[in-house]
Amino acid sequence: MSILPTDAPPAGATKVAATKATLQLSEDHHLCPGCGHPVAWRLLMEVIAELSLADKVIGVVGHGCYTNIVSLADIDFLQCLHGRAPSVATGVKRVHPEVAVFTLQGDGDMSSEGLQEVLHCAARGEKITCIMLNNGVFGDTGGQMTSATVVGQRTKTSLEGRDPERHGYPVPVAELVSRMPGTAYVARGAVNNAGSIAKTKRYLRRAFEMQTTGAGFTFVEVLTMCPTGWFLPTASGPEYMVTTFEKTFPPGEIARD
Amino acid sequence: MTGGVVTRGTVVIDVERCKGCELCIAACRPGVLSMSEELNTSGYRYPLLRPGCTACQACHAVCPDYVFDVFKYEQPIVYADEPSAEPDAGDTHDPAEVH
Amino acid sequence: MPARLMQGSDAISEAAVTAGCSFFAGYPMLPFTELLENMSRRLTGPTGTCMNAESEIEGVNMVLGAAAAGARAATGSCGQGIALMQEAIAEAALNEVPFVVFNLARGQQDYFQATRGGGWGDYRTITLAPKDVAEAVEHTQLLFHLADLYRSPVMMYGDYLIAHTYMSVDVAQKDYGTLPAKDWALDGSLGGTGHSRQVWTWRMGKANDPGVGPDRHWRYIAEKFERIAEAEQRHESNQTDDADYVVVSFGSSAPFVDHVVEELREDGHRVGSFRPITLWPFPEAALAAATQTAKRVLVFEVNAGQMIDDVRLSVAGRCPVTFIGGVSVDSSGMRQGDLLTVEAIRSRILEAIEGD
Repeated sequence: MSILPTDAPPAGATKVAATKATLQLSEDHHLCPGCGHPVAWRLLMEVIAELSLADKVIGVVGHGCYTNIVSLADIDFLQCLHGRAPSVATGVKRVHPEVAVFTLQGDGDMSSEGLQEVLHCAARGEKITCIMLNNGVFGDTGGQMTSATVVGQRTKTSLEGRDPERHGYPVPVAELVSRMPGTAYVARGAVNNAGSIAKTKRYLRRAFEMQTTGAGFTFVEVLTMCPTGWFLPTASGPEYMVTTFEKTFPPGEIARD
Repeated sequence: MTGGVVTRGTVVIDVERCKGCELCIAACRPGVLSMSEELNTSGYRYPLLRPGCTACQACHAVCPDYVFDVFKYEQPIVYADEPSAEPDAGDTHDPAEVH
Repeated sequence: MPARLMQGSDAISEAAVTAGCSFFAGYPMLPFTELLENMSRRLTGPTGTCMNAESEIEGVNMVLGAAAAGARAATGSCGQGIALMQEAIAEAALNEVPFVVFNLARGQQDYFQATRGGGWGDYRTITLAPKDVAEAVEHTQLLFHLADLYRSPVMMYGDYLIAHTYMSVDVAQKDYGTLPAKDWALDGSLGGTGHSRQVWTWRMGKANDPGVGPDRHWRYIAEKFERIAEAEQRHESNQTDDADYVVVSFGSSAPFVDHVVEELREDGHRVGSFRPITLWPFPEAALAAATQTAKRVLVFEVNAGQMIDDVRLSVAGRCPVTFIGGVSVDSSGMRQGDLLTVEAIRSRILEAIEGD
């Protein structure tokens, strides 16, 4: 079949999806080809807009490739120290309880550097939403192992693959959070295909909705692809996520204990 | 009338922003996206569209580079089958008919 | 408000509440702990929030968040706890978030830790070292003002004596002048307008309104601290105009030194005393002027010699600078030991005089 023109909007059609989300100031970013983070960014911006929270939300963002959402999204942001976002978000929320407060952190930020911060927040039932973008690697610093790197995964500091004897096991942050008394909602999503993306958006929406009803601490983990950090060809990211990551970090809503 | 590819939607592709990750190719449910031979100014191949789009927005959902606007036609277009055309033919044709 | 007899910790916490502090977070660490306990009683419901944080790092970061959201916020600790907070103090200096740190130290006068930072980047921490509870009350309110005036974290250097001594004090609100509105503070309200706010050490700005970036921003911060250094030096000097010997000390040590200087003057020795009230910015020019006639400058501090570095810089070699302090801790490790007595200080000063 012949190639169709795709350079201009067609006549007789309605736009049903746009390159830029409502709250998105620019489509330009410097993340790698095939990175899952920009998809998660978009879902977050869409949920905030759909829940009419744009002028009632503050984001607290950690350190990683994803940090640039601070420039791309038209909402109030505080960019904070590695691992500390849940504590910073606690201070913000206690001063502005009527505002939706969320953190956006990578697995390196939350599960390595900041594990105690998020667990204490969950125990306290802080009415914030913590979001962990989990690609099992410190991408921004070149691809080292984190507390979420799965057994067998090759990184710059586990070149032959994570070996439990030498490197121990990954930390299941979402499961730990689900055990905390103050936690109201925990889910783990992924952005490897359109179906999982749709589910992840629902999880994020649910988490924010529950925050606004004052139910307690809400947590969404989003598995994202990092083909660069995984030493893979770009298009292989989604498959690797399913065959490797999802075995250790199964997606779905996680029952509260 | 015999044959024809019903096309319910289409996309506008920002070729220059594409980084050639090919995730849209796998995501496209009707399988109407394929990668170009040509390179954009950053040196990446980019997606090309053939008839049959359903405006399912899967490409838009998976694209990390915000490359796609997705459109749904008020009336679906049917493109005539081209039995001798190779999948890599680069020509663009106007739609043969509208049902 | 009439003056009342109050213990230092109570006086400081009351003065903080009077100053409008509405968010407090900390981790128990004597002699700061009573401050945390007081604030947890005082900041409830509409008056504010006090968090007993699970660690110093979490406490100071909660304070950073609250302050970035526009509240007057404070924390505190000492020694090892302040060490843990250095990263966040530096971060707040660089992303211009104001809060107060009550450093209530133990037996060691941790001057380096307060003034040399230990965080990252080109920043300084305005540090006020009160000599007694009355001054601590005054400094508490002044610190909240300075923090907001300069949009930077600031520190009180107090200690066990200040925390646990009773003194008659007046914690009424003081007016240090009007401050600009905190329209930089995050409250979500400008989201979706194209002018949403951002607090970021790297000051990259938004895609539609780029910031100056880290290079220009960090140079601006360094220049800000130069301006603060010019404007905020404070000191006290006694009988230095004709002094042969000037004794320099800070904080709780100063009243002991002043008492000894009075005694020695009565005995005919031309001795004077000087103390920086601001440990940073250190009053270099004032110290240089106060030591013009001195043939020797003596430095008394309860540590192995820390402030003496700044004294030497100020005296700039015009006359010798001699350390007459030392490490001295009581048996509990919580407060200064036997060296912080009038007798010990007197004997060290006389030893220096007789040695010349």
